[in-house]
Amino acid sequence: MKILGSEITPYKTYLNRRKFIKGSLASAMLATVTSSAFANHESDFSIYTKNLNENDKLNSYEEITTYNNFYEFGTHKKHPHLNSGNFKPRPWTIKIDGLVKKPQTLDLEKILSKVTIEDRVYRLRCVEAWSMVIPWQGFQLSELIKMVEPLSSAKYVQFVTVFRPEEMPGQQKRTIIWPYREGLRMDEAMNPLTILATGLYGHDMPNQNGAPIRLVVPWKYGFKSIKSIVEIRFLDTQPETSWETLAPWEYGFYANVNPNVNHPRWSQGTERRIGEFKRRETLMFNGYEEEVAHLYKDLDLTKFY
Amino acid sequence: MFSTRNFNRSKPVLFILILFPSLLWAYQFVTGNLGVNPIEKLMDELGLMALRLIILTLMITTLSNIKSLKSIVVLRRMIGLFAFYYVCLHFSTYIVLDHFLDMQFIIQDIIKRPFITFGFISFLFLIPLASTSTNNMIKRLGFKLWKKIHYLIYPVAILASMHFYVLVRADKTEPVIYMGIIILLLLHRIFKRITRPQLAQ
Repeated sequence: MKILGSEITPYKTYLNRRKFIKGSLASAMLATVTSSAFANHESDFSIYTKNLNENDKLNSYEEITTYNNFYEFGTHKKHPHLNSGNFKPRPWTIKIDGLVKKPQTLDLEKILSKVTIEDRVYRLRCVEAWSMVIPWQGFQLSELIKMVEPLSSAKYVQFVTVFRPEEMPGQQKRTIIWPYREGLRMDEAMNPLTILATGLYGHDMPNQNGAPIRLVVPWKYGFKSIKSIVEIRFLDTQPETSWETLAPWEYGFYANVNPNVNHPRWSQGTERRIGEFKRRETLMFNGYEEEVAHLYKDLDLTKFY
Repeated sequence: MFSTRNFNRSKPVLFILILFPSLLWAYQFVTGNLGVNPIEKLMDELGLMALRLIILTLMITTLSNIKSLKSIVVLRRMIGLFAFYYVCLHFSTYIVLDHFLDMQFIIQDIIKRPFITFGFISFLFLIPLASTSTNNMIKRLGFKLWKKIHYLIYPVAILASMHFYVLVRADKTEPVIYMGIIILLLLHRIFKRITRPQLAQ
């Protein structure tokens, strides 16, 4: 599906804060797909787009919004698209607590007024061995972390998804222990690749993709990129995460994309890029090795999968 | 009371009804109407259909214990062969479309991953069942031996439902329902054997 510029409801804050800078490869790609809305960009982010192989192509808006794992809306891929109509992503607040200077509850609009929204085109690799290329809009998680000033004792960041069974029918069933929780090590959270995304293809984040704000950690399996975040907690110990709690022999805390460490039920060596017929090889750290490999140089990735 | 003739007359309709989904999915696959991940969708649909048909053959045997439905058993062979047809399509989708005949990978996959192992053994056990499903074969083997071979349907059903159970990531409701039905049907056979051993032969 081709998205015309005229069809796009631009993200208010995103548009307000956009400045005039020469287009990079990604903005050129975006421009062809989405026409004028993406002609210009905030900053030169070629350090990210250089990781987009020339044989990577953007997935369509339809693909990205009708094939989702978001068990809060049901366990089938089409459920989030079909069952998320009653979800109300506004107004929205995020509770900041744990080891921070000043625990507080922040209004999303207030956060957005203080950060830089930019475009990031990332590969997303699901632990189920399929993948997509998605043009997100968002800001670096590090910006928010700096804003709330964690204590030096904070070594991990935990994220919690909203719990609203009346709006999220999947939560009425105990398929996993609600609310969904995820976590990152502080250096992973501060890495420039890690973003909090508020939109895709220039739309406000669709409900089925984790409205209004979600994490995107492109070198980890998709389940790490927690959706609809209402709480961010700073901790000195490694937090429990939802999938790890459910099946620790299958899903680790790190969950880095790694073609050499197989999931016990299927191979992680290859993946199906949505929209393509033949499988392709899975890349180490989903192709972001240069940016993140140093984070794990002392870690046995077969043990800490 | 339904006669053998009643059931035999329903066969053409049943044949089309059971065949139809495979034609529809093939058409949808070719025309690009099977959603965003069509190979996965095709494989899931074919596999689920096969499992349902396997369970249906077990149900038919149980139903044939009811006096008025005794002749329903004449439908069993056709449904069993259709189960095999769908398993073959499911398996070839996995080999050809999903893994593009990468035999080295596929062999590794079958050996290393329990859920694929379950599915594969289930498929292997279905081969002798399908290939002895003619009147001529029953005659050649003798009914007793033939029946013994066809007890393989029990491991087939159990392995197939386990194949589905292990595959599902979190909400196991659907595979558990299928497993439950299989267990009930098997328990009924055991119960029958204990209470009326002469009929079980």
